[in-house]
Order: sequence, then structure tokens, then C-alpha cells
Amino acid sequence: MRWYFRAIGTRKIIEFLLLIVFIVFFVSPLLNLAVLAFSGKWSYPDLLPQQWSLQWWKFVLHEDEISKSIGLSFLIAALVTALSIVLCIPAAYAFARIRFPLSKVFLFSFLLTHAFPKMGLYVSIAVLFYKLGLMNTLLGVVLVHMINVLMFMTWIPTAAFRNVHSAQEESARDVGASPFRVFRSITLPMALPGIIVASIFTFLNSLDEAQGTFLVGIPDYRTMPIVMYSIISDFPGSAGAVFSIILTAPTIILLLAAQRFVSADVMSSGFQLK
Amino acid sequence: MSIQLSIRDLSKRYKTGEGVSGISLDVNKGELITLLGPSGCGKTTVLRSIGGFLEPDSGDILIEGRSVVKLPPEKRPTSMVFQGYNLWPHMTIYDNLAFGLKIRKMPKAEIRSAVEEVLRLVRLPGAEKKYPSQLSGGQQQRIAVARSLLLKPAVLLLDEPFSALDAKLRHEMREELREIQTETGLTMVFVTHDQEEALSLSDRIVVMNHGHIEQIAAPQDIYDAPETLYVAEFIGKMNFLKGGAQGDKLVVGRMEFPNAKHLTGEVVVAVRPEDIILEPGTSQAAGLPGTIKQMMILGHYAEVSIDLGDHGIIRAFQPRDKVKELQLGQSVNATFNKVIAYSNN
Repeated sequence: MRWYFRAIGTRKIIEFLLLIVFIVFFVSPLLNLAVLAFSGKWSYPDLLPQQWSLQWWKFVLHEDEISKSIGLSFLIAALVTALSIVLCIPAAYAFARIRFPLSKVFLFSFLLTHAFPKMGLYVSIAVLFYKLGLMNTLLGVVLVHMINVLMFMTWIPTAAFRNVHSAQEESARDVGASPFRVFRSITLPMALPGIIVASIFTFLNSLDEAQGTFLVGIPDYRTMPIVMYSIISDFPGSAGAVFSIILTAPTIILLLAAQRFVSADVMSSGFQLK
Repeated sequence: MSIQLSIRDLSKRYKTGEGVSGISLDVNKGELITLLGPSGCGKTTVLRSIGGFLEPDSGDILIEGRSVVKLPPEKRPTSMVFQGYNLWPHMTIYDNLAFGLKIRKMPKAEIRSAVEEVLRLVRLPGAEKKYPSQLSGGQQQRIAVARSLLLKPAVLLLDEPFSALDAKLRHEMREELREIQTETGLTMVFVTHDQEEALSLSDRIVVMNHGHIEQIAAPQDIYDAPETLYVAEFIGKMNFLKGGAQGDKLVVGRMEFPNAKHLTGEVVVAVRPEDIILEPGTSQAAGLPGTIKQMMILGHYAEVSIDLGDHGIIRAFQPRDKVKELQLGQSVNATFNKVIAYSNN
């Protein structure tokens, strides 16, 4: 046996152990979650449920508040994504193309919203929202969500626009395209992978956001993560499992879609502050 | 011969202090003219002004007699090939080539046949469905040239288009560009810092330095009769010696040359290495005495360094038969076939 370990080398063994740890910590909770969602009766110490059932799926999908929260969450996520595209893409283009004083400082300032404890930030925003009458409104919730994604929504597309070389835009002008046509046919399509990644990120981030929503949106705007809290405290674990699968599914689907468009290095180049 | 492109007293200053001033140049129809100079001399500024990517501070640019200086690049009858990043990676070669024609609303069938024809001209037939990333650097530049050719521009502008390619490929591309130019009769303005490229490619060369034109002449004339000291130093190899002007004679050591430029006082005398004749021994009446310091054999000729004492060290190209008679440390007498004199100031 020892000759075998020596042959494959300690490095390989460590890698293998790390992989095991990875599986235990990442895959097993998900697996447990999946089993729990379909269990009718499952008690310690059995490895699998004594009874399989779809009753919690029926329960979750028939509960009015829950299905409403799913709709609301997707509506908010779509609004947040659309609004931040409208707001951040032109800004990103400006950061990438126009040299103006302090542009680096401005670009860096987007990090500020992530530099402080979130709860502190949300409370101060809530104070402001009270004065503006934005508490318990859809707009208020959307704005809170947008604060979280401004950074990614600006940084990643800025990097994507920077990857479009000025000669590529100039040769399009040269062959007869107007500035608008150049943006539509050359610059935007070339930067699109980065923009798609940032948008997916924004969408998922909004779906997942609970703290700010809880503070600003309660009682009328109860999104999926907020409803999740009450389900976990009021119903058996299986209901929570079903719900978290519903919450996780769009994430997995969108991330798989994103993988088709871009490689990890496009993502990471979004974080370079050139 | 009609004038295709005329630049009149063009000036452009950058905040950094660099720029060009007083650039005037007429380019004939069907001519290939090269703007040659070191980086920062303003050659690209002139080219980008013609293309419409820079707005000059003053001066005028006329193409086929019409002022274009107020037009944006897409409205100008010019087309530019850049140093790199010419192609759009998200489009196939066909779409890259057809983009400009589609904007011009050319019928599809005509675009198709035009693209096919131009791909044959740049020796890449059948590349329509490929993406730029599937082509080599040289092939990409050929596609860029092809895209410009398709638009049948009044003037084709080339901004160091081959500088990113390796030496051998650069040589090939030069020949191909020359062929394309003969075939299409296009007027071309070519920017380069590579004098070999300029000499081998051009009908005329514009040597630029610090934002102004030093000399405009045919390649052989630039080499044989550089008008300024700068051009003499910049083009090819050159030796510089001190001399004096006495009436209608130029005196260098014991040699005398005609004073064609009617210079006076001290002058700088320039001699090409191939215009130097070396004879062993020191007994000759004319010429400058010296000793051989170094010999570099370069196959069909050798580069010989000669220490001329007060006149400094000069380099001479010697044919291989001559090299056999010479050896290191030997005393020689150097005479010059031909010199060019410049006033010393």
C-alpha cells in the first residue's frame, strides 16, 4: 500500500483530501436538502427517509403567500436588473472611454457600499427613506437592491468596454458607420459577454437579498428570502427544503447559462482597476 | 498627373507640446507616398488628420480638390488600415469585409462577389466563414487591407500596418502591397518608422522630424542627396567629418571636392561607407591616413572601422576582394568617391 502512495505523491493525496472536504461541505448539504424536500417522515438515525412524499411541494406551491413572494421576487429582480443596466452601462462606457478628472476615484467609490457593515448602511438608508416616503414601497426595495449591485454592474462592463480597442471602433467609423452604428454593431456586441455576466449577477443578487428588503419592504414587500425566514420558523424542515430548492434553481440555471457566454477570466478582469 | 491629396499648412499642437506645424504635401494620383520618421515626429498625427480621426488646429486637407477637413471619418473618401486591432472578433471575415458595403446599401449579390474577388486579391480565397481569431497576424492585416480596398477609397491610409509582424512576413507583405497598388492604381499614404520599408515601398518618401518635414524625395534621391543633416543621419549609414569651404572648393584633409552648395567657413562633410576607398600604406598624396581598428566580415562585403586620428573613426564598406588585402592595425589611406556637405551650425 505504501508504494502506491509514494508513487502518486503527497501532492496528489492532499489534493484528493481537499476534494473530499469540498464534497462533504458543498455537495452533502445540497444532497441532504434534496432528500429532505421529498421526505414524508425521516427521523434519526436512518440514512434515508422512512417515507417519501410530495406533500411539502404541494403545500409550498399552494400557500398563497409563498407563490406571491416568488412572483414578487422575480419582478423585483427583473426591475433591479433593467434599471441598473440603464443606469450603469452608460456610466461604464464613460469610465472606459472618456478621460475625466478623478475617474479612478469615482470608479473606486463604487466599492464604498461594500466597505461598511451592511446593516449600518441600510439603517441610514431607512432613515432617509422615511423622510422621502419610500418605506414599504416597491421603489424603495428596488433602490436598496441596486445599492448592492452598482459595483459589479459598473466594474465588469467597464472592463468589457475597455477590451474593445479604439482601433476597432475607429475602423468601423472609417468604413462608413456613424458613431451610433459603431456602438450598436461593434462596441456593444463585443462587450456583451461582460454585460450579460454583470446582469446575471445583479439578478441573482436581487433574488437573494434579505437584509435590506426586510428593513425597507416590510410588511407589504415580502420577497422569497423573507418568507423563507417565517417558513423555517413556522413549518417542518421539509417545507424549508422545498422552498430553498425553488430559491436555488434560478441561480443554478442562470450560472450555467452564464458559463456559456464567458470564461472566468472575463469575470476577474472586471475587477481590475486600470 | 493629377493631384489626389493635398495637405496645406497643416498644424496640430497637443497639450504635451508635441505636434506638427506647417505640413504641406501634394500626393499624385496612384502614388505611394511614405511618411517616415522616429516615433513622436508627427507622422501618425498627419495620417490621422487625413483620415478624420484628429481635427487639425489649422490648415486644409483636399482630396480630389474638395476640402474634407470638416468631415467626420465616415464621410471621408479615405480608408485606414491600423497597426492592429483592425478586425471585429465577433464577426466572420465575410461580415467584417461586408460591413462597410452593407452600410452603403450595396445589393447582397454584389457584396458577395466583391468580397470573393478581394479575398482572391489578398491571397486568402475561401476565408469568408472564418473568424479573425482563426487567422494569423499577417492574414488579419491582409483582411484589413482587403476591407479598405473594397470601399475603393480615393486615398488609402496605412498606419504602420506591418510593424507587429516578423521580419520575413513584413517583407512579403511589402511586396504584396506593392503588387496590389500596381494592380489597383490606388493612391496610398503609408506611415512607418522603418526606413528599409520606406525605401523599398515608396514612390516618394516624406522624412519627418519634430513635427515638420525635413525632405520630400524619391527613395534613391533621399539616400543619395539628403538635404539636411538630420536626413543624412537618419537614412542609411553615414560618416561625418569636419571640413572647410574655401571658395568653390571643399577641403577634407588632403582631399578637395567641388563646393556645389556654395558654403562658407567650417562645414560638416558626410560620406557613405560604400563611397570610401581604402589603400594600404600612407604614401599617397591625397586622402586621409588612418589605421584599421576593426573588421566585421558580412559575407559579400566587410564593415571596416578606420581610426583617422583627428577626424575620428569612420566606417567603410569594402568588397570581399579588397578585404583580403587588409588586416587589423594596418596603416591605410582613405579616399572618398563622393561627399555631401552641410553648413556647420
